[in-house]
Amino acid sequence: MTYVKAEHNVKLSRNVEGIAPSGIRRFFDLASSMDNIISLGVGEPDYTTPWNVREASIHSLERGLTSYTANAGLMELREEISRYMEERFQTTYDPADEIIVTVGASEGLDIALRAVVDPGDEVLVVEPCFVSYAPLVSLTGGVPVPVPTSMENNFQVSVEAIRERLTPDTKAIMLSFPNNPTGAVMGKAELEEIAALVKEHDLVVFSDEIYAELSYDEEHVSTAALEGMWDRTVLISGFSKSFAMTGWRVGYVCAPAPYAKAMLKIHQYAMMCASTMAQYAALEAMKNGRQEMEEMIVSYRQRRNYFVESLREAGLECHSPGGAFYAFPSIRATGMTSEEFAEKLLIEQRVAVVPGHVFGAGGEGHVRCSYAASMSQLEEAVDRIAAFVKNVRN
Amino acid sequence: MTDKERELLLLIEKEGRMASDKLAKMLELPINEVRDMLSDLEEQKVILGYSAIIDWTKAVGTEMVTAMIDVKVTPQRGRGFDEVAERIYRFKEVKACYLMSGTYDLSVMIEGRTMSEIANFVSEKLSTLESVISTTTHFRLKQYKHDGIIFVDDDEDDHRMVVSP
Repeated sequence: MTYVKAEHNVKLSRNVEGIAPSGIRRFFDLASSMDNIISLGVGEPDYTTPWNVREASIHSLERGLTSYTANAGLMELREEISRYMEERFQTTYDPADEIIVTVGASEGLDIALRAVVDPGDEVLVVEPCFVSYAPLVSLTGGVPVPVPTSMENNFQVSVEAIRERLTPDTKAIMLSFPNNPTGAVMGKAELEEIAALVKEHDLVVFSDEIYAELSYDEEHVSTAALEGMWDRTVLISGFSKSFAMTGWRVGYVCAPAPYAKAMLKIHQYAMMCASTMAQYAALEAMKNGRQEMEEMIVSYRQRRNYFVESLREAGLECHSPGGAFYAFPSIRATGMTSEEFAEKLLIEQRVAVVPGHVFGAGGEGHVRCSYAASMSQLEEAVDRIAAFVKNVRN
Repeated sequence: MTDKERELLLLIEKEGRMASDKLAKMLELPINEVRDMLSDLEEQKVILGYSAIIDWTKAVGTEMVTAMIDVKVTPQRGRGFDEVAERIYRFKEVKACYLMSGTYDLSVMIEGRTMSEIANFVSEKLSTLESVISTTTHFRLKQYKHDGIIFVDDDEDDHRMVVSP
């Protein structure tokens, strides 16, 4: 079968053409072409969704619950999310008009940005970060302004770094702690400093808290729970990471009603509603999934401890990641760029990691290693990384 | 029991072979402390042994027959069920023995090479005990899950893409 390929009269939006494809793609292609690799390049849990959650979704299909739900999602699910946010993070949202169930946190990010950002508005993006923030800002016509963090500050964002980049056009700031790819967390005291600046300059905060539960050394503090921050925060979260539900695509946004109302406009026209069977799964996760989640969290913490310590023994400098499931070691001692390091490691030792520069400013000189892999894989990967580093240095 | 001891036990309950240096890193403890902790727990008989979970149906030529036997007994004055339970669990054929609530008293798991071997054990050793009132023998047909390990499943396969954001 030969397929017709478009060559003429292709008319694309300049905006979209201006967006670079994700830097992760090249690595994906290279790693996919090779056999017997150990992948630490995966941005998702190594667990299958807990059975009770899968079973609840099967049951919803058996009962024929296959129609649309309300645009904002099943009321019962929104009520559970509301209860959960209050219990876990001491922040209250009215399920009637302050919570929207989205197609993953990814859609949540998109509608949050589109609801707030006008063309020309600047959005500060704390980097390194998840690959979609800056492109999504650009799609709104806004201007993403990177605010770099570094290992010297444990990848926490400083007030000075933000202040230096403020202009009269700055409208909002994107925070994501615990962070992908660095694993960094921000405690209450550090966040309060940022909050003071945010209030002083009347900014909106987009807070991606998808990894909130995966906080190992101290309790996660939600930006929205800080004094005076609730009404200027759009909180984005979801079920993917903590409940091992990536493929279901269920997330949620929580925000004061005027923001939620604006986001719901976009969501209802672009998406209608999140998948019904996935919403029933999420409902079960909220009601009966916490214990299994806690067991997964204990295991991530143990693997983090093992993996970070082993990377240091292998000769890579590594800050202590307080959350998520990533280590972000420095590879500067090898004299290579993060791209060279990742590519050579993959080809010579068959271990896949992601070069840090794809996650934005401050990422160069590091690689992201996910420790959401089995202990035996981690052990083997660490041996191979150690051999690689030793080889490079000799 | 400290939190760290509990965490250690949960880890080796799943993976009994895990080396002390690995455990030490996972628990953020010095390796000597982990070794001491393990030997203390062994001494206190909290840890009774380390064993493998084996699917004998795949070990050709060594397939075993397993039966679960519901045993009704007469408890003895002053000793309750313990004495008769001991008479039973000391037989090496007995793999497990539990005191149960409900319609029978002891649940006894027996392993043998053949069904007749088990039948002999029940008729000659078990039902002839004075305190035993009756036995009901159930032969195990298939093992789906044992000690938290699923025997017939592909849950372990990693379906994730090799690299993702």
